[in-house]
Amino acid sequence: MMQHALALFLLIKAAMSGKDRPPRMLQVARFRYGSGCRTNRSLLSWPESSRGLVSFARLNFSKRLSFMTPKGIGKTFLWFLASLSAFLIPARVLADWEVNMTEGVTAVSRSIYDLHMTIFIICVVIGVLVFGVMFYSILMHRKSRGAKPHPFHESTLVEILWTTIPFLILVGMAIPATKTLIDIYDTSEAEIDIKITGYQWKWQYEYLGEEVSFFSNLQTAPEQIYNVRSKDPNYLLEVDEPLVLPTGKKIRFLVTAADVIHSWWVPAFAVKRDAIPGFINEAWTKIERPGIYRGQCAELCGKDHGFMPIVVDARTPEDYAKWLDEKKEAAAKERELTTKDWTMAELMERGKKTYERVCAACHQVNGEGMPPIFPALKGSKMAIEKDQIKAHIDIVVNGKKGTAMQAFAAQLSEVDLAAVITYERNAWGNNTGDLITPKQILEYKKTGEYKAADTESSDKSPVVSKPTVNEPAINTHQAGL
Amino acid sequence: MTAVTDTSSNEKPNEHHDHHGPAKGLMRWVLTTNHKDIGTMYLWFSFIMFLTGGAMAMVIRAELFQPGMQIVDPGFFNQMTTMHGLIMVFGAVMPAFVGLANWMIPLMIGAPDMALPRMNNWSFWILPFAAVMLVSTLFMEGGGPNFGWTFYAPLSTTYAPPSTTFFIFAIHMLGISSIMGAINIIATILNLRAPGMTMMKMPLFVWTWLITAYLLIAVMPVLAGAVTMMLMDIHFGTSFFNAGGGGDPVLFQHIFWFFGHPEVYIMILPSFGIVSAILPTFARKPLFGYTSMVYATASIAFLSFIVWAHHMFTVGIPLVGELFFMYATLLIAVPTGVKVFNWVTTMFRGAMTFETPMLFSIAFVVLFTIGGFSGLMLAIAPADFQYHDTYFVVAHFHYVLVPGAIFAIFAAVYYWLPKWTGHMYDETLGKTHFWMSFIGMNLTFFPMHFIGLAGMPRRIPDYALQFADFNMMASIGGFMFGTTQLLFLFIVIKCIRGGEKAKAESWEGAEGLEWSLPSPTPYHTFTTPPDVK
Repeated sequence: MMQHALALFLLIKAAMSGKDRPPRMLQVARFRYGSGCRTNRSLLSWPESSRGLVSFARLNFSKRLSFMTPKGIGKTFLWFLASLSAFLIPARVLADWEVNMTEGVTAVSRSIYDLHMTIFIICVVIGVLVFGVMFYSILMHRKSRGAKPHPFHESTLVEILWTTIPFLILVGMAIPATKTLIDIYDTSEAEIDIKITGYQWKWQYEYLGEEVSFFSNLQTAPEQIYNVRSKDPNYLLEVDEPLVLPTGKKIRFLVTAADVIHSWWVPAFAVKRDAIPGFINEAWTKIERPGIYRGQCAELCGKDHGFMPIVVDARTPEDYAKWLDEKKEAAAKERELTTKDWTMAELMERGKKTYERVCAACHQVNGEGMPPIFPALKGSKMAIEKDQIKAHIDIVVNGKKGTAMQAFAAQLSEVDLAAVITYERNAWGNNTGDLITPKQILEYKKTGEYKAADTESSDKSPVVSKPTVNEPAINTHQAGL
Repeated sequence: MTAVTDTSSNEKPNEHHDHHGPAKGLMRWVLTTNHKDIGTMYLWFSFIMFLTGGAMAMVIRAELFQPGMQIVDPGFFNQMTTMHGLIMVFGAVMPAFVGLANWMIPLMIGAPDMALPRMNNWSFWILPFAAVMLVSTLFMEGGGPNFGWTFYAPLSTTYAPPSTTFFIFAIHMLGISSIMGAINIIATILNLRAPGMTMMKMPLFVWTWLITAYLLIAVMPVLAGAVTMMLMDIHFGTSFFNAGGGGDPVLFQHIFWFFGHPEVYIMILPSFGIVSAILPTFARKPLFGYTSMVYATASIAFLSFIVWAHHMFTVGIPLVGELFFMYATLLIAVPTGVKVFNWVTTMFRGAMTFETPMLFSIAFVVLFTIGGFSGLMLAIAPADFQYHDTYFVVAHFHYVLVPGAIFAIFAAVYYWLPKWTGHMYDETLGKTHFWMSFIGMNLTFFPMHFIGLAGMPRRIPDYALQFADFNMMASIGGFMFGTTQLLFLFIVIKCIRGGEKAKAESWEGAEGLEWSLPSPTPYHTFTTPPDVK
């Protein structure tokens, strides 16, 4: 059976590599050994890879020296386990597999990695001893070999010993763990504050004191997710706008959420903090090397929990400052767009983009939604009837309490809001011809009133009480900031 | 331990007015107050639930077979992970242990039946209705529960599907059933022991169940409180778990895990008892360190109440809290270690044979210990920042629950099947079942350690490409483990229908009152209490 399973595994792998995942064949795989050694090597080609274990052994041989360090031994053991559970599988595959925690690029992530390896080695040693005795008994003390039972059943001495020795090991383990934990909790003297807000299913980053703020959405195309197109190397780990951070500076993260609990996790920094609606959690990092670091939401947050990645683009402080300036300029320009006169075609084009980026996760690209949780927009009363325009604006701007429909006032600019509402009223055969301008949205945000462009009075739509404040429902004061 | 029993009259129904066999037909099962009948029903119920929850696991593994969305949509995937967890915990593992307790505790302590037989009937018959209601939520508008078996608010309150109300009701019913079962077990053990059966002479299965029953009574009301607060938040405008109204989503997690951590020991302590019965039998020597086993079990139970926040290291509890929960969690390794050392020493210098129950028990010791090691790693709070909510955690708890609870239940069933049915099961098939399960289980869950450490979060329906190979391995292992369980069904049915006649003492080295009874056990046993020396 085992052989069948493996044969099946290999067959399917071969088939898949043939059609579905060609990009991986061309990738450069990264090998990691011992204490932080990194080597780049181009992938072995298929025929050679059939000598799986041979090439695996050869690769390790080249780094024989790192075996002698405790961490090296631990890693080697992990590799041994991995290869044991994967025996006969080509080396090409092994090369792709990360089997251990990353050491990361911060002091904290390294000390966590060391703790992880230490406790792992302790476990391996205890395991070898205990299972050693056990398998010795299983081999030697079997009735079929004529073993006679020795009916002893007590020994105070050994029982005291095997209570105290583990206790002392644990004390020894707790000391470095405590030190690291104290370090993790020291968020004082941060140079930069970033507020991170989790939404279903995206992240918002605010550079506090800099007036820069943006949302970061998954960029992987649905065609890749639904297997129409082949998958990129960074499948599911790509966002439209990464969080840009400087290296060498202590950065404090203020983590919260607007709807349900999320968790912001970047393995390379060893930062994982739950984003809890109504509360603000603190975490910090100090990145040592520029680079792109990827992570994912780590707390189940609903349907698209698996589709809200995190990408951090760490740059040198100079590059970071340059980026920040550009970002500020762009934000100013975006604000100017509000006063521009938009045509239907322009709004529709922008609206389609915004809709597919922001709205389509729930209401679907075709506007049909997923009733009853996510209603259809195609042919819905709100999106086609003239007297519902105000309600339509209201629900997009202020959201609907108690449902997954968020308030988009803070998430989208007036231009985007106008564009998306216009799009929803004119796409998928909703051809109402209604054109909502950014100015009207701005007016609505200020006064709670919607004025149709060509009618002079607002008496058709009765005055409704002002909508509530457009902030997402976060009570930041409660967090004791 | 010897027992003098008078059971000969039991085999002739109608000889006495009160010594009759089972009633005929369906009503036998509906109205029965017999601990053996109820135990049987519990076990069958749990097996049906095991297959149901297992089928959901197959859906999960099929979707995760390769990257991309293929079979189900992400919303349904979440319903599958949620229902798989709930059904396995509340439908499969817990009822299986109650079933074993029903069957074996009276036989082990020389009692004629459970202390509260009518309540026993009721606590079983609540279960099928609760389970049907729970599963029926999948067919309701908006789908079933999709917030994970830990149902964290506000995902499970403000943002939950309408069927959540039914889920809450089902949890209430399951909780009532568990509490009644626990009361019954405590009453039986404390009151119905045969003369001479002192507490420190009780078999360890009885001891571990006594302690488990106290855990159940302590924490099931806490769970009931949590789901009731959810119900209030959803329907009556309260804000227990809503910061906007002065509540706190983290409060939910504290309450849930105050229940949840003892709950995981509820699912493992009876296994300790089972393995402590089986290893001495097949090693043909007494259990090493009986007294320390009892004290270790009690210590684990006590510690289980003060470690709950180790499930919440990343929610932002203060440093001092974090340290306390880390130290308390590390402490659990001490009594657990004592147990493992005792089992190994029990095997040491014995005369072992390796029938199916023994194979499952040895696998239990090895694999549960591996699960314990990863638990020790998870206890290190700073490292947990990297492990938390990844597949490393999934690997960890499946290593403690599949070999821990499920393998122990298999071991128990093979061990006592001859006593229950009067026939020996097919040893070759039993061993096949073991090896297929053992390989399948390891193939499924061992690679999960690696993908977890490499950074794959749990509860995601699709994943980045570097996790593809291990996921495919895990899926193949999962399918293997899953289909193998149909073989178990076949073995049990085959054993019920016939087979080699079992002796009263079905296993050479077996000790205990249950082996003094004929196989199969008569419908009524120990109507006169045996003498225990």
